[in-house]
Amino acid sequence: MTTSAPTAVTTRPRRRASREIGFRAAFLGPALGLLALLVVVPLIYTITLAVQDMPASLRGGTFVGLDNFAALAGDGRFWAATARTFAYSLSAVVIETVLGVLIAVALHQEFRSRSLLRSLVLLPMIATPVAISMVWRLMFQPQLGVLNSILEAVGLSPLDWVADPALALPSLILVDVWEWTPLITLITLAGLAGLPSEPLEAAMVDGASPWRRFWHVTLPMLRPVIGVAVLLRFIEAMRTFDPIFVITGGGPREATETLNLYVYQLAFQYLRPSYAAAAVIVFVIFMVLCSLAVVRLSKGEKR
Amino acid sequence: MTVATHPIRRRRRGAARAWRAGVIAWLLVLPSLSVFVYMIIVALQKPLDITSGALWPVSGATFDNFAQVLSGSDFMRFIVNSLVIGVASTLVSLALGIPAAFAVSHWRQRRTATVFLIARMLPGVALVVPWFLIFTQLKLIDSYIGMTLSHVFVTLPFIVWMMIPFFDDLPQDLWEAALVDGAGHARYFFTVAAPLIRTGAAAAAILAFIFSWNQFMFAVVLSGRVTQTVPVAVFQFMSYGSSNWGQITAAAVLITLPVVVISLIVQRWIVTGLTAGAVKG
Repeated sequence: MTTSAPTAVTTRPRRRASREIGFRAAFLGPALGLLALLVVVPLIYTITLAVQDMPASLRGGTFVGLDNFAALAGDGRFWAATARTFAYSLSAVVIETVLGVLIAVALHQEFRSRSLLRSLVLLPMIATPVAISMVWRLMFQPQLGVLNSILEAVGLSPLDWVADPALALPSLILVDVWEWTPLITLITLAGLAGLPSEPLEAAMVDGASPWRRFWHVTLPMLRPVIGVAVLLRFIEAMRTFDPIFVITGGGPREATETLNLYVYQLAFQYLRPSYAAAAVIVFVIFMVLCSLAVVRLSKGEKR
Repeated sequence: MTVATHPIRRRRRGAARAWRAGVIAWLLVLPSLSVFVYMIIVALQKPLDITSGALWPVSGATFDNFAQVLSGSDFMRFIVNSLVIGVASTLVSLALGIPAAFAVSHWRQRRTATVFLIARMLPGVALVVPWFLIFTQLKLIDSYIGMTLSHVFVTLPFIVWMMIPFFDDLPQDLWEAALVDGAGHARYFFTVAAPLIRTGAAAAAILAFIFSWNQFMFAVVLSGRVTQTVPVAVFQFMSYGSSNWGQITAAAVLITLPVVVISLIVQRWIVTGLTAGAVKG
């Protein structure tokens, strides 16, 4: 950029710089502009809604300051949904990480049908969530579902699955684990493929057992990759909507109502736009904090 | 590696180990795949077998469920809606997203890149609530424009994020050679960079289309009679109290089938796309 002749230093680079900014704007502008239209405008609108008391007809709202947020702070159902969201996301992600790394290590071995299995393993995460959620709904059915057939076949007593308030959330976590363990597997596989082979060979020469090689050599080298995968997955898990909406709709009662579902109910069932807007803002703040953590950690990894 | 074993014995032991590794891997993955097998089995069952909870089409397999779904008055229209909205949002996202990804890579706009990442991480409900209210006032509810815009929110950040590494991987020499030839940024993009990343762009387009096809939350709020997409239509069919599980699973198979077929064809690129942002390259 700074290779131009010394005499032209004052004028030409500046003109070139301004032209470059023009190019940059032409390339980035449309995408950023559309995104701003789709994200920033609605978020500002949400904020203006949240500080009013707007009726569902969206006519004649009155300014109420932070009243909606104060009400939210005292809303037990909101905090229960928040706790549920974190419990759901945390347990799903922990199980997915353990299983995902395990399956990745199994798929990293050499065997004949490996590439076929690798393409099959990602099917749960690519299949249409609504479609597979309906299949899970059937599987959870106490009378017709396959899960109880299996339980009875091995001599256990059948369960009520998503109809049982105590089992409903764990059942949905099972669906999440089924759907998203492949993501951890894929990311870990990519990490495994990029590992240097020298440390492992050194450990082999030293006579370390396969298990010790994995635990003390491979896993520490994989940790940054797995860390990013876990955080990404955690954020995604917090926004889970489709399976919960399709399988339980937040029920029975509120046993599976996460923040996503609660906000949806507030906006589209109870028709309380202002209160829903306040809940949305708090939800987004949670998510942005988590996202910033991801960005920071993935930067740390590259250094 | 340096252990002195007889080569043949070592090879035989290697084969046995590979065989065992294969069995273990399949055993780990099969439970997950059995959900798809179950879905297909139920879709092929007659109502009697389904209500008895049988795990096999005992009284014979049938395609009746598929036939009923496909001949249902509107199923084809919903598929066309999903196709139109999917293609439109993918094209818009390619047209805007590829230049943006190029700019991020070419001028090292890492901070701008995180804008797209954060857009991908916002909870959908945070947008669909204000969208619904704004779209209602703009009369965009149940319109193809409104639906496409909402799907662009999913596909555009994805395409930008997936394409950045492809531009990053172009050798710096190419740009320097273009400079020597007197090409500017625009000509470099259109004649050198963009043609070189077209395979990646095709993969990104396919994945973006799948994401649009799978989209449910925005569609369930913003669509109506005219623009209803397949996932919404099938969900509504179920939520009207229907427990015709044969038809529901048949519909699930029909929705999922295109996605699965596509994903098996472009498997290598899908891994790149799905892990975009987590793994470099």
